[in-house]
Amino acid sequence: MNRRDFIKSSSLASMAFMVPDFLKPFQFMAPEGYRNIVIIQLSGANDGLNTVIPFSNDLYYKARKNIAIPQNNVLRLTDQAGFHPVMQGFKELYDEGLLSIINNVGYPEPNRSHFRSMDIWETASGANEYLNTGWIGRYLDSSCEECNNPYLALDLSEPLSLALKGSSKKGIAVNNPKQLYNQTREPFFQELNKHAEEHANENVSYLYKTVAETSASAKYIYETSKTYTNVFPYPNHKLAKQLQQVATFIASGLKTRVYYASMGGFDTHVNQLNRQENLLTELSESVTAFVRNLKSVDQFNDTAVLIFSEFGRRVEQNASGGTDHGTANNVFVIAPSLKKQGLYNNMPDLRNLDDGDLKYTVDFRSIYNTLLNNWLQVESGLIVNKNLGKLAFL
Amino acid sequence: MKLKHIYHLYSRIGFGITIDEARQLESKSAEQLINDQLKTNATAGQLTLVTLNDLPNKDNNDTLSPVEKRDQRKLLRDQVKELNTLWMKQLIQSPNFLLEKTTLFWHGHFACRVEHPYMAQQLNNIQRTYAFAPFKDLLMAVSQSPAMLQFLNNRQNKKAHPNENFARELMELFTIGKGNYTEQDIKESARAFTGWTFDNNVFEFRFNQKTHDVDSKTFMHQTGSFTGEDIIDILLQKKETARFLCRKMYAFFVNEKVDETILEELTTFYYANQYDTGKLLRKIFTSDWFYSDGNMGTNIKSPVDFIVGFSKTFDIIPSDELLLKLQKSMDQILFYPPNVAGWPGGKDWIDSTTLMFRLKIPSTLLNGGKITFVEKDNMPEDNFNLPDTIQTSGSATPALLHHSTEEIIEALLRAEPSPDNRRMLLAVAGEPRQLVLKIVSMPEYQLY
Repeated sequence: MNRRDFIKSSSLASMAFMVPDFLKPFQFMAPEGYRNIVIIQLSGANDGLNTVIPFSNDLYYKARKNIAIPQNNVLRLTDQAGFHPVMQGFKELYDEGLLSIINNVGYPEPNRSHFRSMDIWETASGANEYLNTGWIGRYLDSSCEECNNPYLALDLSEPLSLALKGSSKKGIAVNNPKQLYNQTREPFFQELNKHAEEHANENVSYLYKTVAETSASAKYIYETSKTYTNVFPYPNHKLAKQLQQVATFIASGLKTRVYYASMGGFDTHVNQLNRQENLLTELSESVTAFVRNLKSVDQFNDTAVLIFSEFGRRVEQNASGGTDHGTANNVFVIAPSLKKQGLYNNMPDLRNLDDGDLKYTVDFRSIYNTLLNNWLQVESGLIVNKNLGKLAFL
Repeated sequence: MKLKHIYHLYSRIGFGITIDEARQLESKSAEQLINDQLKTNATAGQLTLVTLNDLPNKDNNDTLSPVEKRDQRKLLRDQVKELNTLWMKQLIQSPNFLLEKTTLFWHGHFACRVEHPYMAQQLNNIQRTYAFAPFKDLLMAVSQSPAMLQFLNNRQNKKAHPNENFARELMELFTIGKGNYTEQDIKESARAFTGWTFDNNVFEFRFNQKTHDVDSKTFMHQTGSFTGEDIIDILLQKKETARFLCRKMYAFFVNEKVDETILEELTTFYYANQYDTGKLLRKIFTSDWFYSDGNMGTNIKSPVDFIVGFSKTFDIIPSDELLLKLQKSMDQILFYPPNVAGWPGGKDWIDSTTLMFRLKIPSTLLNGGKITFVEKDNMPEDNFNLPDTIQTSGSATPALLHHSTEEIIEALLRAEPSPDNRRMLLAVAGEPRQLVLKIVSMPEYQLY
């Protein structure tokens, strides 16, 4: 190589080096069957004891004179546990070996405030620890250094959950792909994109970078998902709409690793029976339709579903036909290739309570570790405290 | 002072200043301007929305039905919301802006979410009363406030069953910071705060000798039968406490990126001056480095800074509903910090959703457009029961429009636009309204 060529190629190389990250073409993580996780957050604290019912335990019926689910009505899973009668869909998933129930999930020194406990679950912190980043956000930060695409973690409703906020990377909230895309196509937004060169001021660069990434993600999400028309029938629930959207995304080949859906209304202090029945109907019907939808298009091989609440409810009912804030709760995992199907561990020990509340035996962060390591196949040590170990359900 | 420096100063000691006001200050020095603000009477700006008589009668608490109890909680929550908008409007209108801005700093430093209007108001007033005072006075008053005693469970901190929550946050978040104490220090100091409680009829601090642990404690290598006051004294003797506080104030008032040399200078000054916050603020705002280019337009506006600053610039007082909705959409609601660590700030304010909103909202407000808000369905009872769509009323032609293009750019942007962006703005030089709409829609407008 003569000197002239050398100068040419090195200046080319340095030019390439100068191209800001967000203008480079998208880089995907290892493709082969694009694995993803769908997380469903049940906000307000679902009453786990009336969801997976210990129907052979007298203590349950003693503690819940007016709101216990009668033994004859439960959908029996084992000789100790049965689903709430409206959860026929979950029962079918259970029978097909697609569902795992993890009992007594919580964390040390449980906090009974909805907000604080949601924070703890979303950031995967300890009870006395305050983190500004969510566990999915840290997954984005740590496992995908080279790519800056917010659509890797997608929240099905605005605003963006703390769970999806990392320190250098964040997911994106999309209520409606078309609407979001149209917003980014408004003239003033387009004009900003034209001015997205590097700025001397670091925060200015960060804002322009976020503008560029938002536009690129909105375009990619809209254009990819519109190639697929989802005709599978869904029940008329809010959660079903979110999950139908997720199924459309997955079937259209969207390269998203984590979908975050949520459903509210579980804070059943008063007249719990009717309200929870409606909520569990929505949950069971929506999730089942989602799984059936993915199976119908042969796309259920790469999806794992995690369903959780910020805490459970007290064992003993209150005076108004409801239950108050509790501690440990059950968590559901639905996946095509479970190592442990059905009940993962023992039902709650109702004789051995902590001041009237269930004692946790499984730290929720060990479930996150399992999903990150065994499903998304990333080293979870930088994301979640790995000393808390993994479970063997997946 | 140079006009540019006046704009910079006022964005940090307050929420901005108009061109006409700024021009009248050109003959003044920073020292004069700061001293005027520091002179503010300690009782100025007290919030007086809620009195003890407004609170529900606790005597018949036991006879209330669950539904009545729920309604009562809702009533209290509604009053906290009123308190929120009352303070927001005060932030927009108060002539004592440094006092309000510093109160806002302490509101985030001693973050507390009690959802009780009287206690919330009382804590806010404490933070205002002692905003410029020696930090010890503020810390003591906050530590003994019913709001904090309740929020950090110190009412449950008794000799027989110590509760460490307050002791832990006192060190981690309020004074010395992580890494400067041990778990044993938390345990020992929690015992010193046993018996700190409050009377929930009059909402005043009480010391309960019967539940206080008088036995000997060993805290940070010192041993004695310490009280809570002793623990606070020991913490303030540590220079790390001064450094921790100065770092936070520097990030808030000067630059999110802290200059370690200046931090040491401030720490030494604050410590030597018995943590006199007023003196520290004067030193910051009269130092040459405060006016260096590297410290201008560096920080991302907090949502409160954004809303209040915008309202002042364009002479708008948003409706109560709109004030709450705007805060919620951008993720900072006064009196509702995410947790005791407060709002993280900086880049944490920004994600795709909040940035799109923040870029879009100024022009919508100026044009009197309709805003549609989207909320997660996670905790409906906390979703404020506000409308999803609000028709805004727009802004009367502000005085701003009568100024030249260069003057308008200088007044509205603290972050220097790139040459390319400046050309884009100069392209609409003859149309001041278009110019203003363009400026407030730029990412640069998000900074101060």
